[in-house]
Amino acid sequence: MTEDLRQLKAIIEALIFVADEPISAPQLAAVLADHDRDLVVTAVSELVEEFNARQSGLEIRLIAGGYRLSTRPEFHEQIRTYLRSRPSAKLPLASLETLAVVAYKQPITLPEIQELRGVSSVSSIRTLLERGLIVPRGRKQVVGRPIMYGTSKDFLIQFGLADLSDLPSMEDFEELVAG
Amino acid sequence: MTHENSSPLHDWEETENERSSEPAYRVQLEGFEGPLDLLLHLIKKEQVSIYDIPIARITEQYLQHLCLMQEMNLAVASDFLVLAATLIYIKSKMLLPRDPASDTPVEDDPRRELVDRLLEYQKFKAAAEVLWSRAEMEQGVFVRGPLPTDDHNPEVSATAFDLFNAFQRALERRKEILQVEIARDEITMAEKLDQIRELLSSSDRIEVDELFERAGSRREMVITFLALLELVRQTFLRLVQQIAYGRIYALRVVPNLIPKS
Repeated sequence: MTEDLRQLKAIIEALIFVADEPISAPQLAAVLADHDRDLVVTAVSELVEEFNARQSGLEIRLIAGGYRLSTRPEFHEQIRTYLRSRPSAKLPLASLETLAVVAYKQPITLPEIQELRGVSSVSSIRTLLERGLIVPRGRKQVVGRPIMYGTSKDFLIQFGLADLSDLPSMEDFEELVAG
Repeated sequence: MTHENSSPLHDWEETENERSSEPAYRVQLEGFEGPLDLLLHLIKKEQVSIYDIPIARITEQYLQHLCLMQEMNLAVASDFLVLAATLIYIKSKMLLPRDPASDTPVEDDPRRELVDRLLEYQKFKAAAEVLWSRAEMEQGVFVRGPLPTDDHNPEVSATAFDLFNAFQRALERRKEILQVEIARDEITMAEKLDQIRELLSSSDRIEVDELFERAGSRREMVITFLALLELVRQTFLRLVQQIAYGRIYALRVVPNLIPKS
């Protein structure tokens, strides 16, 4: 039993390493179909805990509902020196503001976003759509049937979020703004 | 001009291009994301409470700022003017004495709605900053390099934007080929639809770029583009892309796999 668990953890570690996108527990369970499902779940959580306790250069994080192996942020300088890469251009603040509104108020229409920001938001919506950070989520059943937008899986990946509840809550901002 | 992209750098770049007609010096204005942002800035600068805005003073400052923006040759967007009008309206409302004979209960503070909007906006401004720092943090995180097998993994649906980009790329390439012969082939939409359907019955997927290349004229390319959109709408095919900005493939939809929604 313990031997089985140890091997299972090793296999899962290998799978997380080769996955090019965060790999979810159901995906892992599907690959390891000949193992007990509960055991796989236990193995995953033990592996993540043990792996991250090592404080090595790598870490396993829960991103967009899946597990992802990545370097620790504190080593970015040395890694960049080796890769000879520079940080890519960040989103303009106007787009980030629009993204924040979509993230917290989704699904939300363009007129609603503009009402909240007090400013035309057409071009930032376009930027966000092009970058795949937001996706259309159907139409609102009101006059004009405007398109509703929500955040995408890529949004979670790019901002390193396990899921939407991983974002700080709006109440936190209320305190921040009041204080 | 949209004020959306009014980062200082952007403005500077723009003026750089039209320098000849511009004065030799340039004052940089802080970029505001919109009228609410400007108003918050003024409230902070004047060190007044957001719950008790001295409307007359702030309105004056706000209007001065708009004048300054105009002097700087920055287009003042209509959104800024709307808020200016709101401020003046509130100011006038506050100057009017309350009707003592009125039996309606004490009226709400005319500033109330504006304050609520500012507070709400402020929260999202803070949220944007959190996203900004998260993005910064995530930029320092690296995953393993790409493997040749990565393309085998689940596809992402291509969006109408991606399709349009592919279309534009094909048009660009076409421009490079000098065409002397002008032969107008009159392919109809119906024929194009049949053509694509036929292609997809012999192979399970076609590259969209290839379809565009196959087209004999610009007109046929446009018909191809529209035909693809039509076939997606009919759920006859779906467009997938393995990586962002990557090649787009048209895949035949297996009828019994069409989701009900």
